[in-house]
Amino acid sequence: MDPVTDDRIVPVTMPKWGLSMQAGKITGWAVAEGDEVGAGDDLADIETDKIAGTLEAPGAGTVRRIIARIGEDVPVSGTIALIAPAGVSDADLDAAAAEARAAIEAGVPDEAAGEPVVQTADVGGRTIRYTGAGQDGDVVLLVHGYGGDRNSWLFLQAPMAARYRVYALDLPGHGASSKDVGDGSVQVLADAVAGVLDAIGARRAHLAGHSLGGAVVLEAAARDPGRIASLTLIAPAGFGREINAAYLRGFAGAQTRRELKPLAGQVFADDSLVTRQVVDDLLAYKRLDGVGEALHTLLGTLLADDGTQRHDAAAAVAAIGGAVPITVIWGTADRIIPAGQAASVAGVQKVHLIDGAGHMPHMERPAEVHAAIEEAVAGAR
Amino acid sequence: MARTITYREALNEALAQEMERDPSVIVMGEDNAGGEGAPGEQDAWGGVLGVTKGLYHRFPGRVLDTPISESAFIGAAIGAATAGMRPVAELMFVDFMGVCFDQIYNQAAKFRYMFGGKAVTPVVIRTMYGAGLRAAAQHSQCLYPLFTHIPGLKVVLPSTPYDAKGLLIQAIRDNDPVMFFEHKALYDTSGPVPEESYTLPFGEANVVREGGDVTIVTLGRMVHTSLEAAGQLAAGGVECEVLDLRTTSPLDSETVLESAENTGRVVVVDEAHPRCSIATDISALIAQQAFGALQAPIEMVTAPHTPVPFSSPLEDRYIPDAQRIANAVKAVTGWTR
Amino acid sequence: MTDTLERKSLTREQLLAAYRTMRAIREFEERVHREFATGEIPGFVHLYAGEEASAAGICLSLDERDTIASTHRGHGHCIAKGVDVGEMMAEIYGRRTGSCHGKGGSMHIADLSRGMLGANGIVGGGPPLICGTALAAKLKGTGGVSVAFFGDGGSNQGTTLESMNLACVWNLPAIFVAENNGYAESTASSWSVASDNIADRAAGFGMPGVIVDGFDFFAVHEAASEAIARARQGGGPTLLEMKFTRYFGHFEGDPQTYRADEVARARAELDCLTRFAARVTETGELAQADLDAVDAEVATVIDKAVAGAKAAPLPTEADLLTDVYVRY
Repeated sequence: MDPVTDDRIVPVTMPKWGLSMQAGKITGWAVAEGDEVGAGDDLADIETDKIAGTLEAPGAGTVRRIIARIGEDVPVSGTIALIAPAGVSDADLDAAAAEARAAIEAGVPDEAAGEPVVQTADVGGRTIRYTGAGQDGDVVLLVHGYGGDRNSWLFLQAPMAARYRVYALDLPGHGASSKDVGDGSVQVLADAVAGVLDAIGARRAHLAGHSLGGAVVLEAAARDPGRIASLTLIAPAGFGREINAAYLRGFAGAQTRRELKPLAGQVFADDSLVTRQVVDDLLAYKRLDGVGEALHTLLGTLLADDGTQRHDAAAAVAAIGGAVPITVIWGTADRIIPAGQAASVAGVQKVHLIDGAGHMPHMERPAEVHAAIEEAVAGAR
Repeated sequence: MARTITYREALNEALAQEMERDPSVIVMGEDNAGGEGAPGEQDAWGGVLGVTKGLYHRFPGRVLDTPISESAFIGAAIGAATAGMRPVAELMFVDFMGVCFDQIYNQAAKFRYMFGGKAVTPVVIRTMYGAGLRAAAQHSQCLYPLFTHIPGLKVVLPSTPYDAKGLLIQAIRDNDPVMFFEHKALYDTSGPVPEESYTLPFGEANVVREGGDVTIVTLGRMVHTSLEAAGQLAAGGVECEVLDLRTTSPLDSETVLESAENTGRVVVVDEAHPRCSIATDISALIAQQAFGALQAPIEMVTAPHTPVPFSSPLEDRYIPDAQRIANAVKAVTGWTR
Repeated sequence: MTDTLERKSLTREQLLAAYRTMRAIREFEERVHREFATGEIPGFVHLYAGEEASAAGICLSLDERDTIASTHRGHGHCIAKGVDVGEMMAEIYGRRTGSCHGKGGSMHIADLSRGMLGANGIVGGGPPLICGTALAAKLKGTGGVSVAFFGDGGSNQGTTLESMNLACVWNLPAIFVAENNGYAESTASSWSVASDNIADRAAGFGMPGVIVDGFDFFAVHEAASEAIARARQGGGPTLLEMKFTRYFGHFEGDPQTYRADEVARARAELDCLTRFAARVTETGELAQADLDAVDAEVATVIDKAVAGAKAAPLPTEADLLTDVYVRY
């Protein structure tokens, strides 16, 4: 078969959601051959061993060929569909489709090959684990929220690696880091952030933090504003009284899948993002020795006895005193911390409200969050 | 952080981590170290299939080899448990239960009840079960239904390395007597297992595969055979839900009934003998409590009512395979009154 | 039978305690014998009357570090180890206030807080457990010893023989006490034990074996003290064989037609309480008045126990389902 040369054919490829993703599975197509799509329209539901998500069209055009079948594993970067204008011949499309089909049939590469190297830093006697990707550019460190881990940045870390040296860490009490959180204060958590920056030798870095992680990166910046080039806060804690205490307490106390499933869904605007695998992974995490205690200790940092937010980030913002540009991102349908609190962050460079997203916009609307972070980083130079 | 290790290594790790954490945990059994009193190497075996290897040197004085006297040392483990230790004793093959069953079912299982709630017997008895190694009739049985039958015992059967480590750590920390069943054909299987210690609760079945057409309830090694059958059936458009019971006592009846009510069609796969087995137990549970949801009679796929044969083709015929499970699924999906 | 010309010198308190223990067991068993005949006591009881010196003589040298396990004929061992007599009686009557809240009965009376691992309904059930408690004491370095009481019947059980071997192999602080009262149920031990003495088996396992006149408190105490001291010092296990007779049947209701008139003779000539009293009053270590006072006190305690048991509440239906597990 002749190689395809018609560059009007736009291949839709299996995305890389997370550094360790090797393959994904189409669980449903939102379009059929012949459909017109605009940029950002839903194309397909995809499931990986970590998460389920929806792939959006990279550009406008006509869906001319659907290549990947529902239920089959497709390697990352494998072509799953072809978008092309009407002028492209069927013969050329068939040739491209056949080539893509052959690549899918060839199978998924050996899992071990692509596993990102997990690094370890010793910070104050605690083991902190983190991954890094990307060779050039500024250092960006991503800090997850309560009950999460570095995989929260699944949809962002790989694409961002194209432009930056992007790192994601597991906070104490989370992921593969030490489960000892000490007094569970934002200070202890911020120590881990500083420790990882030291370990990677970053004299200057951009920080992005989600929820509790937002309060943590603020604290880290307040201590050493000269070291932090920019701050991106995604639905951060510490900017108001209101918080979904029932969710937090429920999450900390849940012992079974049955208890956890409905809670896990609350962090998204759309519950269906919570697959069985997501709940299983959460459960496996919660069952590690020390996690229960860590989560309960951290509850004390997040919640006052009356269920309102205990932490007040205003002091950190004041200490920074405008020395570090701050960007805020919030989903308007956030059921954990209300988006209205975005207005309470003083001296903010830019606020991105993501319409219809829940508490995890970096997982629900990664493209928009990615763009917002890039804007924050670029704007800080 | 998870990495891939074998079922055997997962068990060894569970023991080592608990022995490290809790000085009252001791290990005893025949050849759990090996070489005791002999002129050659100590810890020569580390258990007949290597599960306890390395513990003897790492925890001096806490891994005790025993003479071949099951009633004495299983009873000793039980007695030591009443006196503040947390023994993990090994009944090498569950087939040997006959020579020590009294200590297990009349003593350990009943102390708490008979003594009015005043006894705590935190003993774990690990044992190997199952056919497939051509070990013949007296070294290949399942027998877990006999223990499940006894009030006061807990019965645990992990099917994967992840489950094995979490359930064994749970068993050691549990304050009741636990029978911990390890299928001999699973020791060399591998899977992701976190480095850290963790527990899995008893009485929680695992939905290892979701599906809306047929519920396959199973346990132990048969979980893998059932998944094999489910894969084949999916190609033909039948989606099976596979439930791994993990523990038969306590039993997660809620998950079993929920799934049965959802699909209305049930196949129970159990390697044990067919009479008075887990298959009959689960079938009765569903028939009694989810009768209205059933679209077909419950199918049971079990070993035949025979001892385990020696010769390879016979033993292969004895053990339920994916084809027989698939046939049972077809029977429940194709059933009409 | 050993002659006890020399004996360990016991204090007045110890002698009183020993007498009180034996008297308490005797009165307890005689009373249960009478009450059982009225039909009010459910199930089976197996009475220890006649054998008191064994329990008392051995348990006098035990303390809170030590554990004993008994047989279906366990009342005597329970009392000697300090289990509350009122709670025991209530348990025999199946009351909620009993040692086991009515869930165990005569054959399963236990008190782990006093190192009493229970009477046992399974012949030979105790010795393996005692290997375990002895192992625990050894590993924890408490200096505690564990004593397995079993009968001539139990001496033939595989579990007992395995346990003796294991205790020797592991060098455990264990004492095996074969209470040879001449009968395993209705079968004579002279027939069912192939060797002349149960104690002869000890040599086969590599431990000392001692034959003791089970009616002689002082003989028992001396042999026991030596065995207990050896065990505490890490010298390993001992097998003691008590030779005596039981005054009642295997169980209450046993017509005992397999027996001759040995009970009458034993009560008249060999009785452990009579002999003890004779010896201590002869030497002047205790006065008759001391013994009478104990008798009176014990009688009151037993009366109170029976009255209390009869008046105590039965378990409720909810109690049926409790305490199967610590947590299910």
